[in-house]
Amino acid sequence: MASIMWRVSRRALTQTNLLNKNVINLSARSCSHQLLQDVKSKIERKRQLANEGGGQHRIDSQHKKGKLTARERVNLLMDPGSFVEFDTFVEHRCTDFGMADPKNTFPGDGVVTGHGHINGRIAFVFSQDFTVHGGSLSSANAQKICKIMDQAMMVGAPVIGLNDSGGARIQEGVESLAGYADIFQRNVLSSGVIPQISLIMGPCAGGAVYSPAITDFVFMVQDTSYLFITGPDVVKAVNNEDVTFEDLGGATAHTKKSGCAHGAFDNDIEALQQLRDFFNYLPLSNKDEAPIQQSDDSPDRLIPVLNTLVPLESNKPYDIMDVVLATVDDRKFFQIMPDYAKNIVVGFARMNGRTVGIVGNQPKVASGCLDISASVKGARFVRFCDSFNIPIITFVDVPGFLPGTSQEHGGIIRHGAKLLYAYAEATVPKLTVITRKAYGGAYDVMSSKHLRGDINYAWPTAEVAVMGAQGAVKIIFRGDNNVAEAEQEYIEKFANPFPAASKGFVDDIIEPSTTRKRLCRDLDLLSTKQLSNPWKKHGNIPL
Amino acid sequence: MSVFVRHYLRCCNKLNRICVITRRCRTYSTAYNAELYTTTKIDKDEPTFEKILIANRGEIACRVINTCRAMGIKTVAIHSDVDSDSLHVRLADEAVCVGPAPSAQSYLNMDVIMNAIKQTGAQAVHPGYGFLSENNEFSRRLAEAGVQFIGPPDGAIRAMGDKLESKQIAKNANVNIVPGFDGVVKNEEEAIGHAKDIGYPVMIKASAGGGGKGMRIAWNDTELREGFRLSTQEAASSFGDDRLLIEKFIDNPRHIEIQVLCDGHGNAVYLNERECSIQRRNQKVIEEAPSTFLDAKTRKAMGEQAVALAKAVDYQSAGTVEFLVDSQRNFYFLEMNTRLQVEHPITECITGIDLVHQMIRVAKGHPLSITQDDIGINGWAVECRVYAEDPYKATFGLPSIGRLYKYTEPEHIPKVRVDSGITEGSEISIYYDPMISKLVTYGSTRKEALDTMKKALDSYVIRGVTHNISLLQDVLVHPRFIDGAITTNFLPEEYPEGFKGHKLTEMEQLQLVSMATSILMRQLLKDRTFLNQTRIGCKGSPQKVLNLIVNIENQNISVQVEDLEKSYKVIIGDRIVNVNKSWSISADLLDLEVDGQACSVQVISHDAAGNLKIQFKGTIYPINIVTTAIAELQSLMPEKKKPDTSKEVISPMPGKLFSLSVQVGEKVYEGQEVCIVEAMKMHNSLHAAKTGIVKSVNFDAGDSIGEGDVIIQLE
Repeated sequence: MASIMWRVSRRALTQTNLLNKNVINLSARSCSHQLLQDVKSKIERKRQLANEGGGQHRIDSQHKKGKLTARERVNLLMDPGSFVEFDTFVEHRCTDFGMADPKNTFPGDGVVTGHGHINGRIAFVFSQDFTVHGGSLSSANAQKICKIMDQAMMVGAPVIGLNDSGGARIQEGVESLAGYADIFQRNVLSSGVIPQISLIMGPCAGGAVYSPAITDFVFMVQDTSYLFITGPDVVKAVNNEDVTFEDLGGATAHTKKSGCAHGAFDNDIEALQQLRDFFNYLPLSNKDEAPIQQSDDSPDRLIPVLNTLVPLESNKPYDIMDVVLATVDDRKFFQIMPDYAKNIVVGFARMNGRTVGIVGNQPKVASGCLDISASVKGARFVRFCDSFNIPIITFVDVPGFLPGTSQEHGGIIRHGAKLLYAYAEATVPKLTVITRKAYGGAYDVMSSKHLRGDINYAWPTAEVAVMGAQGAVKIIFRGDNNVAEAEQEYIEKFANPFPAASKGFVDDIIEPSTTRKRLCRDLDLLSTKQLSNPWKKHGNIPL
Repeated sequence: MSVFVRHYLRCCNKLNRICVITRRCRTYSTAYNAELYTTTKIDKDEPTFEKILIANRGEIACRVINTCRAMGIKTVAIHSDVDSDSLHVRLADEAVCVGPAPSAQSYLNMDVIMNAIKQTGAQAVHPGYGFLSENNEFSRRLAEAGVQFIGPPDGAIRAMGDKLESKQIAKNANVNIVPGFDGVVKNEEEAIGHAKDIGYPVMIKASAGGGGKGMRIAWNDTELREGFRLSTQEAASSFGDDRLLIEKFIDNPRHIEIQVLCDGHGNAVYLNERECSIQRRNQKVIEEAPSTFLDAKTRKAMGEQAVALAKAVDYQSAGTVEFLVDSQRNFYFLEMNTRLQVEHPITECITGIDLVHQMIRVAKGHPLSITQDDIGINGWAVECRVYAEDPYKATFGLPSIGRLYKYTEPEHIPKVRVDSGITEGSEISIYYDPMISKLVTYGSTRKEALDTMKKALDSYVIRGVTHNISLLQDVLVHPRFIDGAITTNFLPEEYPEGFKGHKLTEMEQLQLVSMATSILMRQLLKDRTFLNQTRIGCKGSPQKVLNLIVNIENQNISVQVEDLEKSYKVIIGDRIVNVNKSWSISADLLDLEVDGQACSVQVISHDAAGNLKIQFKGTIYPINIVTTAIAELQSLMPEKKKPDTSKEVISPMPGKLFSLSVQVGEKVYEGQEVCIVEAMKMHNSLHAAKTGIVKSVNFDAGDSIGEGDVIIQLE
């Protein structure tokens, strides 16, 4: 700040001298002193204005909606006192439609940008200010966002976007659209280099949605945030469909139906606190290791509950969350997309303090089968982990891919292939625990030995086979009368972990209670794993 | 090892046949603290059975197996298929699967059990309590097969099992009895007639009943009609016998029972009393021995009447004569339980006599080795029944089911005995009794026993099911309980609105708040401790002083916490408290010290938004802690509306839909009974919360339903 003031005052001094060549020195000095004072007070005034955003009445109306202001949000997200702001004095350059009016000009121009610390670790942030022109994106505004995105890339630190914007600054026309594209381009180039997180805390509509869509994680706030391409009015005009904001693009719609958002929180405060927690799981960039935190939960802890958790009957469901929570540190699991494609569970946890990505088939929902949604959900998560050096632990209990016309016609082949592709290309440590069923192609997909699984375990209840006994017997012994006997033979032969273990497709059959102990030890072993894929521009995942 | 056995079991189950498994290698055992069972030595040279089958499950099966082991007797466990990996199966030398989960098809399935006895060559059968323990057909069939029943003779079971007959026998033996109608009540009208004669309140109970099932109290005609109907149904489904009795309900009664022990040589002794007045829905919750209420004279009179009754039916083995005692120490015979009682451990603690040991000796034909003069009262014992149930719901408890993902019994505390049939990982299912364990503490005085109990309850780690420790703890510190001024109505009298959790005293609140904020401080430090973030190091330093707002029990309390080298200094108003630092945040049980005073808490959950659930004094308190900066903004956050559920009838517990009394389109009135859910063999009637028309009925009678399932929707 001091250097800016110095430069301003120097320039002011030079100008003064140019204009009043004949004035004696003394007077010049007193005059420049006056100017300096003016500049100082102008700085103060502008800073004050920037802090006030769109003014008190707009702040009040933001509060009335149950939303915090852009600055309040940044302050809650960052460690107290750590936020450093950029571009407080940036103003828009539009002169059309009365925008040149000082009333329509706000220092900072509707977005707060900068960097700060979350639990001591650096993060870049931009926070759109709905109180200024509805948080709309101007070209100046976009420039500010791009500036911190560029710096984040250079430094190697994550970018967090707090979205609360009515959309493009219409008065600026194509300039605003250019701003969006500039951001998109940076989102794409940053993808896989630094983690990018979006928290939707108000409207985010039209083209604007594609920036969060490209980021790694999109979270929303219940009841106060919306994401959609076109709003209810356009939907009504084009499709003659009546729909509310909430039903069209609210948190529920995107966390349960579309899968566009990875989670939702009750309100702004909770969302920001949870985001801080979430941030702790992530490395700052692809050059960093997955974080290790101090852990008090013993890595050698035995888990007796796992010995009895899988039901005796293979058609009975159980909750894979029980397995996950029992295994990880302190039962803490940050679930990603908890309400979408519940037949697969994904999320972050820690093992002996080290961040791991957990993927688990969920037998409680749709028998834990892989369908289109589950495959896509799993694939994106696996790819994130691989991008950012986060080891993946996979709990397998999968009866196969979901059959049926809706799945086939919906493209389960290419969507299922995404999960296969993601696991196959991943070079991070991959640990697999087969808790029960591992049937058919789904067995191959779920981090199998054949897809470079580093350490694959089977519990005694594991059944690695092409399909269940009934189906298999129908094919093998077509027309044979003694079905029951054949079924029994199949069960004895295949419905157990030995066929896979005897071929080395699982490394060991383990007592379930020792799972944590082994996984912690293996993660330690694999922390120096070196594996790379052949050089390529990029692979061609079946999108 | 066990998992492979399990796998084998599983294959056996798939084959759906009865299999006998003999385990050569046993890795499980429970801590068996012999001193708490008996002070009399087991005579290893005395002839006894070689092999005993225990026709029961859970804690009582484990309890019997423990004594058998001490006596050098081999044991056979029976189990249903869902119990195939349960503790009693692991403890026994042999195990036999006797059928599927429902008791009627397994633990009550006499044909299969008789087969199991034959297969394993067991010479005697201990029935435990419940199931076949008081079934005279079972004891008859055993006798026919030449197998010794470890319990009273057939005739005694039959005579005492029928409430009408037992009352008559008691009358003849000069035992005091309760006024009532000597006969079966045929219908509601007749019941109302008798009630008028006897005078309200009256109690209706199943003739064949026990354990509170099929038993209800009515204070007026309406309640009597409803009670009569429900008791009839319960009696029919629980005992296959829907005959009901009616009698005077004694006000201010205390439930005090006398333990008797008789042999086949005409010897009979009483082992003094147990007070079991703390009950809910006529099921015992806390028992103690001796009673604070009895004087030596009454004790002797009760003991002698109990012995007289036992002798009148040629009783053998252990039995219990239950009495109701009024405020004048008049006592009335209630019933005789011809089995080992659930609460027998407290008698063992104060008398030093292992009742199971004596039962086995008597069954083998040995005379009692003790006389009445040998039996004294040595110290004080208290038993708490720890149930898997939600004490806030219904009348002091609705069953809760689930898997115990964490479970640690407080056996590290001296003078604590835990009788349980479960371990970490066990499942509490809808099929059987929801009792987790019997927690027994012993002391030279009542105060000592109660203090140990409070500590033991604090240190008991149970996760995965809701439990009633909050209620138990609250009763233990209740002034009336401490004074011993209790009756069987204690719970409804002291908690007329139902139990709402322990209300913290000012001191307790101060302790809890200071512990919660210290835990938060520790967590915050942990959150910013990274071991490998080296490329860009961590910046800043953790805050040493935090100004916080703690929301607890609907109060906002301002707190300042300072992280000092050896303690957390917590300032709450004008109080300054120091909390020690030598504890691990990941431990299941946190033994903290607040100003040097030991306080045990359990952190049940802790999220990033400052929401903690901490178990303290048995109750789980939801606490929210935020910084003052956040607190200032919190008022801006919109309140989330809870969905209106008054138009729905929701199952409060998992179970079976027993019956439906409404149909779609029917009008129901507020408070009207709309369906009955059967859970843990109890019938719970559900009522409409609003007047309205039934829009949909989502289940049929007989369907299994889960907790929170919407059974009926109103328009």
